[in-house]
Amino acid sequence: MSSIMVSRIRQKQIAQLIASGNRLDGRGLTDYREIKMEPGIIEKAEGSALVYIGKTEVLTGVKIETGEPFSDRPNEGVLTVNSEFVPLASPEFEAGPPGEESIELARVVDRGIRESKAIELEKMCILPGKKVFVVFVDVYVLNHDGNLIDTAALAALAALLNTKMFNYEVKDDEVKILPGFTHLPVVNHPISVTFAEINGKLVVDPGLDEEEVMDARLTVTFEKNGKVCAMQKSGRGTFTNEQILEAVKIGQQKAEEIRKKVV
Amino acid sequence: MNQSTIKLIDENGIRKDGRKLDELRPIKITVGVLSNADGSAYIEQGKNKILAAVYGPREVHPRHLALPDRALLRCRYHMAPFSVEERKPPAPSRRELELSKVIREALEPTIFLEQYPRTSIDLFVEVLQADGGTRCAGAIVASLALADAGIPMRDLVVACASGKVDGQIVLDLNDIEDKEGEADVPVAFAPNLNTITLLQMDGLLTIEEFEKALNLAIEGCRRIHALQREALKSKYVAVKEEAEVE
Repeated sequence: MSSIMVSRIRQKQIAQLIASGNRLDGRGLTDYREIKMEPGIIEKAEGSALVYIGKTEVLTGVKIETGEPFSDRPNEGVLTVNSEFVPLASPEFEAGPPGEESIELARVVDRGIRESKAIELEKMCILPGKKVFVVFVDVYVLNHDGNLIDTAALAALAALLNTKMFNYEVKDDEVKILPGFTHLPVVNHPISVTFAEINGKLVVDPGLDEEEVMDARLTVTFEKNGKVCAMQKSGRGTFTNEQILEAVKIGQQKAEEIRKKVV
Repeated sequence: MNQSTIKLIDENGIRKDGRKLDELRPIKITVGVLSNADGSAYIEQGKNKILAAVYGPREVHPRHLALPDRALLRCRYHMAPFSVEERKPPAPSRRELELSKVIREALEPTIFLEQYPRTSIDLFVEVLQADGGTRCAGAIVASLALADAGIPMRDLVVACASGKVDGQIVLDLNDIEDKEGEADVPVAFAPNLNTITLLQMDGLLTIEEFEKALNLAIEGCRRIHALQREALKSKYVAVKEEAEVE
């Protein structure tokens, strides 16, 4: 944990820079750090991707299993998103049950995928009411240098895009696995864009030093047609109405730019 | 969220429960309802029935969590097992943990936590019956419970959701509208500071629809704020009358 003293000195420095439109690492206020993607690096998983935003590094694995559908959605596959803040990723992460940051991250990523209807869950029913495909998306944070949500959301999407499901046939209520694979039906591409508010100014893709001094954070997720599909404000600070509308407008453009890199 | 075939709004723009598009559910708020708590409040909003209580500022347990420069604010949002159609297991779900966090962060900007270093302020929100919009109703009573506890605050926090149902932007979604509608935008707002302290969204909205929904939610917050103030005042009117009788 950084001490309050250092944090205040840094806060002043970062805030002064931002007030003049600059950032510690030389980026503009709405610039992302470099984004790199390595899909399919875990052979044992049905889908996977390692995504870097700057030095932040998130590995997402997708496992496909079969299970029971939810009683209110008997004809649909099931999506579960989990996240692990692996202790090797940051001196602040500890082993143990997921903390609220980790739960929030998984739920924001989940919301983006679910609300944009990225996966055609209706196509993932094997036996209505009895057996469906279950998609486990496990987000693994490997190095924390700020903006985990966008990195995780991108890693989840990139992993889903290379996920394969086994072929099968149903005979007398029995599922028989056939050779070969089909692609997971991914039909939408949610992209999240996160803003930090620092002394009244918005910056895109906050790094860890910026997150340490930010007042509040806002994540806006856009689906492929530019509609908003998920949002989450977090942190102890607040936003004005105008700031939120500004973030939504900037976010829409940023999401388009990033989407071109993934799809 | 499901594109359903059930009509939730009729041709005259009236919703299932008889409300207009921009109409709130009936709200009843009472302040100071629990004798053990330092502050408490209760709300009924539609079929929602929610209690909030504040304990503190008090000693922090475990002690190592104490903060040197301000009070530690903790919040637990919890739903009773019988509060929903299908029994909810009493252990906190991931949803409840997330809502505890966002409610805490909605209230934190309004409290002068720096006046109580090394203490904790513990906030409990118990949903006794849920009918959609419980995080907003929870934030409303949580803020009142803090005020009732006499904790110095910059502003009250008031919250209200808006959303999209049957293609239209509506205020204060109830349970069916939340589940079957196209989008849900919960907002918490500090009316005097004129700032947004909680914002979430799920569903699908164009930027224009979102702007409309956000403004409608804030308008709803302003209306609830009047009821909130009334509830807070009426507790002290009652106290004064009691004193006069004696």
